[in-house]
Formats: sequence, C-alpha cells, structure tokens
Amino acid sequence: MKTIYEFIIKELLQLKRDKKMMAVIFIAPILQLILLGYAANMDVEIIHTAIFDQDKTETSREFIRSFEKSGYFSIDYYAESYDEVTELIDKAKTIVTIVIPKDFEKKLNKRETVSIQTLFEGSDGNKSSIALGYIQAVTNRYSQNIVSDIKDKYGMKLPIAGSLVPEVRVWYNPEMKTRNYMVPGIMGLILMITTLSLMSMAVVREREIGTLEQLIVTPLKSYQLILGKLVPFTIVGFVVMLIVMVIMTQWFGIIIRGSRLFLLFASLLFVLSNLGWGLLISTISKTQNQAMMISVFAVMMPMIYLSGFAFPIDNMPQIVQYITYLIPLRYFITILHGIVLKGTGFSSLWPEALILFVMGVGILTLSALRFSKKIE
Amino acid sequence: MESLIKIKNLKKKYGELIAVDGVSYEVNKGEMFGLVGPDGAGKTTTMRMLVGLLNPDEGNAEILGHDLLTQKNLIKDEIGYLSQRFSLYGDLSIDENIEFFADIHGVKNFEQRRNELLEFTRLTPFRDRLADKLSGGMKQKLALACTLIHKPKIIFLDEPTTGVDPVSRRDFWKILSNLLKDGVTIFMTTPYLDEAERCSRVALMDKGSIISCDTPKNVKDSMHMQVIEIVCNPVRTAYNMVKASTNYEVQMYGDRLNVAVNNYEQDYPIIKDLFEKNSIVEIDKRIITPSLENVFIHFMNK
Repeated sequence: MKTIYEFIIKELLQLKRDKKMMAVIFIAPILQLILLGYAANMDVEIIHTAIFDQDKTETSREFIRSFEKSGYFSIDYYAESYDEVTELIDKAKTIVTIVIPKDFEKKLNKRETVSIQTLFEGSDGNKSSIALGYIQAVTNRYSQNIVSDIKDKYGMKLPIAGSLVPEVRVWYNPEMKTRNYMVPGIMGLILMITTLSLMSMAVVREREIGTLEQLIVTPLKSYQLILGKLVPFTIVGFVVMLIVMVIMTQWFGIIIRGSRLFLLFASLLFVLSNLGWGLLISTISKTQNQAMMISVFAVMMPMIYLSGFAFPIDNMPQIVQYITYLIPLRYFITILHGIVLKGTGFSSLWPEALILFVMGVGILTLSALRFSKKIE
Repeated sequence: MESLIKIKNLKKKYGELIAVDGVSYEVNKGEMFGLVGPDGAGKTTTMRMLVGLLNPDEGNAEILGHDLLTQKNLIKDEIGYLSQRFSLYGDLSIDENIEFFADIHGVKNFEQRRNELLEFTRLTPFRDRLADKLSGGMKQKLALACTLIHKPKIIFLDEPTTGVDPVSRRDFWKILSNLLKDGVTIFMTTPYLDEAERCSRVALMDKGSIISCDTPKNVKDSMHMQVIEIVCNPVRTAYNMVKASTNYEVQMYGDRLNVAVNNYEQDYPIIKDLFEKNSIVEIDKRIITPSLENVFIHFMNK
C-alpha cells in the first residue's frame, strides 16, 4: 500500500515538474471547450438571400417585405436575370434565391395558385434544409393573410378547409441551440483525450528512458506499478472534468439539470475504460511517438466518429451502428446529455453506467494482464 | 570459497542467432567478477538473464542460494542492477531519485543511508539538482547510489564506465573498491580489457561462449607464449610481412608490433631476417608480459 502511495507521489511530482505537459493537460481543454463551444454551432441565424423579382409589382414587393420582417432573412442581392442568379449561387454569395414569376400579382388577383421558385446553394445540406423550413413558414403565413384579406374585402364565404396548426414545444433544449447539445459532448471528448493519451504515454515513457527495466529488477509488483499509474491520471481526469464543468456552467450558462455527483461518478466509470485503453496502447508501443499516433488515429478518432458526438448514430448503416455499441464514449455522451439537458438520474441512466463499468473493468483487466505478462 | 552465483548451462537464442550458448561458471562471494568481451559477445544478454529481465531458453542459475527460474522475487530483494543507460528519472532530483528507489524497495528510514551514499559518491553538494542536469559521470554515480540504497549483496553492473569521462571513471573504480571492502560482490561486464585487469576474476566471452575463466594472471599465463614488442619502420609493411610469411600472431599498436611467439630464442631470428630482407628498420625491441588483450586475441583467433 505504502509503495503504491509513494509511486503516486512520484508520478504527481513528475507531472508537476513537466510545465509543458501541465499546460497541455489543464489549459488545452479550456481552450478546446471554448473554441468548440462557439465553433460547433449549427444554428442558422441569418439566411443570405437573393431575390429575382420578375413581377416588380406592389404585391411582389409586399411578399418580399414579409421575408425581411421575419428576421431570419437578409436580402443581400436583387438579381435581374437567371445568369446573375447562377453567378450568385456559384460564388456562394447566397444560400437561397427566391424567384418571383412575372404574373405573380395577376394570378393572385384572379385567385389562382402561384408557384414560387427557390434555388438553394445546397453544399451545406443542413443549412439549406433549415432555410427551406423558414421559407415555407413565411410563405404559409403570407398565403393565409391573402385568404383572410379576401374574406375581409368581399365578405365571401370560402369553403371551410380544416387547417392543422402544430403547436411546437421543445423539451430539454427549449432554445434548440446546438451548443447546449454539443458542449456536454465536448466534455466527454476532453475527458477521454486527457486520460487516454496521458496513460498511454506514461508507461511508454518509463520504457523509453529505461526506468521500466530498472523497476522490473526491484521487488515492485506489476499491480503496484499499474495502480501507481492509474490513480494519478484518474485524479488529473477529475480535475479536468471539474474545470470543464465550471466553464460549461459559468461561461456558456448551460445549467446542469441533474445530479452533479452522479455526473462525477459516471466520469469515474468512463475514465476506467480510457485508462484501460491507454495501458493497452502502452503495451503495444515502443516509443512515446508511437503511443501518441496509435491513441489518436487508431483509438480516439474512430471512437469520436462512432460515439454519436459528430454524426447521429441513427443515420449510420446498421452494421456500423452495432459497432457503436462497443464505444464507451457513446454511453458516456448519453449519460452527459441525460444529466445536463434532461436532468435524468441514476434511475434511468443505470444501464449506460453499468455498461461503462463493465467495459472499464474488462479492458483494464485485459491490458493489465497483458502488461504484467510482458514485463515478466 | 562460497559461490554466490552458480550459472548452469545458460542459453539464449534470438531467432537464428545464439546470443548465449550454454555457459556455466561461478562467481564467489566478495569478488569483483568481470565478464569481458567485444560488443555482441553475449555479455549483456547473460546479465539480463541473471537479473530476471530475460528468461533463459535453457539452463538455470542459482543466485544467493535461490533458484533463478522459480524464486525470482527472493533474488530481487537482494541484488542491485545498473543498466548500461543509467536509467533515472530526469525530472526528479538526486534526493528524490534515491528516495523513490528506497521506497519501492521498502527501505525504511533511508535518510541516513542516503546521506552515506551521497557522501560516498561525492554527490552531496548537488543533491537538489535534477538528474537531467547532471554530467554523465554524476548520472552514473547517482544510478549506482540508487542501486545500493537497499544494501544489496550482489550488484550487477552492465558496462558501467561506457561513455563516462576518464576522471569520473577513476572515481567510479574507487567507489567500487570501497564496496568490495564492505563485502559486496560485484558482477560486471566490460568491453575494456584494462578494466578487466582490475577484476579479481574474469570470464572472456566471445560469440556466446566462454573462452577462458580465471584470475587475470592465470588467464594470461594460460597463453604459454612470449610477446615481443618491436618498434619498427615502416610499421604497416612489417605487419603485412609478418602476417603473410609466418604463422605468428601479430598485432599492430601505432608504431609497434606485438608478435606472440612460442620461443624467443628460436623465433626472433626469423623475424629479424624477414625485416632485413625487406629493408624494414628495427628501432627497438623487448619481451613484454602478454596483456589480456594479447590473450583475448590469441584465444579468439584459435
């Protein structure tokens, strides 16, 4: 016991001396969270729009004004020909171009249906589909107004058409901000990157400088060595987690609705599997560079892509979806979203917590066995 | 004489290459034993097997009465090992390095022992300095101090003076002779034959086998030959002539040749004759006692 304690003290002392490493461990996550927190914003706030008004009448101008009034559209260009429209799209000056036909006013006055052409610069599919939604909303409101205007003017009884108006209420993330969804995910990412890469490098470093060999010749047992490495990095992981939590709540104003204690407990379970992976990488690698490359490209990047952090798991092919079940980050992100956004607790998130625990213990045991076998 | 290390037919292969080919010898209590040989002879492999870093393919050894294969943990408590690279934690100070090794060896109240060792290695003034900031010689002494903290009965030193300046080397040897006085048994490997001369017993190792194992004096006597040192000019022509026209073993050292002969009276005239015929000027000659180097090359050529 005392030996392990002394080993931990030594590790922390070494970490403290390594100023660059300290900066990477504690400052990088802060910057990363702040940068990603702002960058990972898929909300469409302003839609740059061009108008090709072929009608140029009072009615068409009124129609255009209704877009301006909505607050989402910024009408940047008025095109005079299709060539101009094409050029605007090619140069990606606008997201959408609305083309109003020549007989717009005439047809409306005759109470005929008018088609409005909308051309999208669709390279960012997500943005276009959001813009499309807004356009439909504005157009719908405009046609309803026309109908009621006609009613008012002529006092006519129009055929009763049942109309359904959905009243949308968004739960858990009422402002529908991507940031609220992304930031907890980034928290999981940072915890993984810190603990996994630290662990993978720590053991390899001892091998590189030759002290590992020196330790093998002493009566130090391999479990003491492993625990001596695990505990300090778990501590580091927790400190990073606390820092990130403070930034999330204080800087981004994202409230943690659920239990902070459960959040920390889940983090501990998650850290187990990261340290296990790190230890496994260190049994494969000969140098710190190798360890770094393997942990980044072979372990962490696939985990990030398959965790549901970047792309929704539901959109993945079935076979890939099965693979995501093996990714600890997937469960941790589910837990994070649950606790932070929904305020759900252990009662509904225990299966994920259990899986994290089983995975963590499994991979740790496996790599610890591999490690001890290798040094004996 | 009590033998602390009994090596029995140790063998280690790396694929096709036989690094250590079934060697057997014993190391006695309180002696400084030198395993001598060129790079690649199998010295380090032998040592790594003895300290438990490598498993032998065949054979076994008994160290301090414990079986190497089955009682590794008992052995670990009582030996110290200094690897070729003086592996230390560069970001810890001298004091902290020693303290750490004391802790993992379970040495309680190590402070006094540490002070002794620092005094002994004359590192006391630098005790707060980080290991990375030490010179090669100081690193070597610190590494030695770390291996001595738990008062091992045997210390294994793998080429301890390779890459160390001559002054530090002399210091280091002084420390080693003090350790011998304290009754510590030293098993070292070295590629330097002048260092081997200082050992109480040596084993000459080449290509995985032991050529000879005895005191340096006995090893030299076992050659049963005389060595004539001839200073001559041009020395390279002389070397080539002797090599081509006679069966004598000849080595060139700067401006002189060492020729190993069976009988000076009989063989010297032949060499002299050869020199005269080829107009080589003999400047000086004398009979010298064979050095370990002469012996080593003699045995290697056999």
